[in-house]
Amino acid sequence: MFLIGERINGMFKDVAKAIKEKDKAFIQNLALKQVACGSSALDVNVGPSSDNPKDAMEWLVRTIGEVSNIPLAIDTTKQDVMEAGLKACKSKAIINSVNANEEKMKNLFGLAGKYKASVIGLTMDKAGIPKDSEGRMELAMKIVASCMEYGVDTSELYLDAVILPVNVAQPHVKEVLKTIRDSKLLAQPAPKTVVGLSNVSQGSPAQHRNLINRTFLAMAVANGLDAAILDVTDKELMDTLITAELLMEKQLYCDSYLDAYRKK
Amino acid sequence: MERLIEKWQDRISEVVIGTKKPIKIGGETGIYFIDGEDKCPNPPVVAMEVWDMEPEPWPDSLKSRFGKALSDPAEWAKLCVNEFSADIICLRLAATHPDSKNASAGEAGKTLEKVMKAVSVPLIVIGSSAPEKDNEVMAHCANVAKGENCLFGIATQANYKTLAAACLSSGHAIISEAPIDINIAKQLNILICDMQFPADKIVIHHATGALGYGLEYTYSIMERTRLAGLSGDKMLSMPMISFAGQESWRTKEAKTGGADTGVLWETATAAAYLNSGADILVMNHPKAVEEIKKTIKQLA
Repeated sequence: MFLIGERINGMFKDVAKAIKEKDKAFIQNLALKQVACGSSALDVNVGPSSDNPKDAMEWLVRTIGEVSNIPLAIDTTKQDVMEAGLKACKSKAIINSVNANEEKMKNLFGLAGKYKASVIGLTMDKAGIPKDSEGRMELAMKIVASCMEYGVDTSELYLDAVILPVNVAQPHVKEVLKTIRDSKLLAQPAPKTVVGLSNVSQGSPAQHRNLINRTFLAMAVANGLDAAILDVTDKELMDTLITAELLMEKQLYCDSYLDAYRKK
Repeated sequence: MERLIEKWQDRISEVVIGTKKPIKIGGETGIYFIDGEDKCPNPPVVAMEVWDMEPEPWPDSLKSRFGKALSDPAEWAKLCVNEFSADIICLRLAATHPDSKNASAGEAGKTLEKVMKAVSVPLIVIGSSAPEKDNEVMAHCANVAKGENCLFGIATQANYKTLAAACLSSGHAIISEAPIDINIAKQLNILICDMQFPADKIVIHHATGALGYGLEYTYSIMERTRLAGLSGDKMLSMPMISFAGQESWRTKEAKTGGADTGVLWETATAAAYLNSGADILVMNHPKAVEEIKKTIKQLA
């Protein structure tokens, strides 16, 4: 599983504060902690409250780049912030994200080619998020077609079927699982699939959030999920992931399979 | 037409054995002998067995090739290296078994010293498969050969700590053995690594079955191990050893067949393991050794 650590996000108060105060040590520690917990990449999002998101993104990317060459998922909806992040990124970059809007795809797949970046593609467009898997697949198809059109290898594409909070959009959960399963049929090489995990429990009571997250993750793994944006520091979540992958025969069983996975 | 060549994400670790004439094994980046897939950085090597006593179970057709040397491990080792081109000597301390001569750890140590003096090739040292006695003997022998970077065996899931600790403190590599069970093989490697034992000093043994006596089980487990190792499973990406000689000469065909049957049995068994990914073949008969060395040269 390709694990994208979610913690460097200005939505978290401690990160917002660190961005504001240019507290390098805090960001670097948070990055290294996530690397130590098994991240394959780190999400970088300046958050909603930044006065100058472009500078903030550039600063975050450079600050992390000083201590690690781990791939970074540049997480923003703004084109100029995205390009600033990509420019500053010395390691492999992931564009987080594009959706099925024509203009957005044109701009971002263009950037992906220029910066040799992977792309996360959300199955949504101006009309919003489709209510069922068929609607999501239609948008996924558009994204795959656009990806090919701009010469980006489909193996660099991560399709995100957009999981919504279970407390407001319960019927969507199984539609997302079906989309994860079906996405593999869209191209050769097959696009990868990703979820922004914590969203599934957004708004649920705090004592249930982690349980909901890890249960959904296990179900998504069973449906062939390749990557997730998640809290890699949540040990129970990671244990669940490793166990789900074990049950799906992604690694060979041995009694100490949890240790074995972490020794990789 | 373009040839499709598998690209593996990982490589097998390299293990170095010996100091005077060190031998490197492992390091594969693909399946052995597939043209274009693997460069065979370190072609498989052949070790020949030397015992610390005359090997009673061996049939005459095998014993006769060594003559008087069988009663002197140092001479025996020299013969194997000088006459039969053994790359490695595998000293089997069979006399230490309580049901055999019950030789002491001190006596075993002296035998080891003599063999070390007699030849400069790397050594594999294995016990008598009596767990408690082995712990005593191997701990002493590991110390006797301190710094010689030998390959000591055999660690099992039920009995690995003493041997691993002795190898760790004396700088030797270790053979980890699981009884044709890939899951236990992986588990044992984790347990050994948990003792701060370096993963690049471990050689896997899956037990060995001779031709007609379970060869296909061992073969497929070895193949699976290699595929798992190349696919990124760090706890299975070690080189492998096969005791093809010992197992072949235990078969009734080798013991009671014509003069050449044993040689053919050992050669066929070893050739199969060569293809399943064995990096070290421990063998007995000089003629079988000669044939296998030719085969390695042709394939590599």
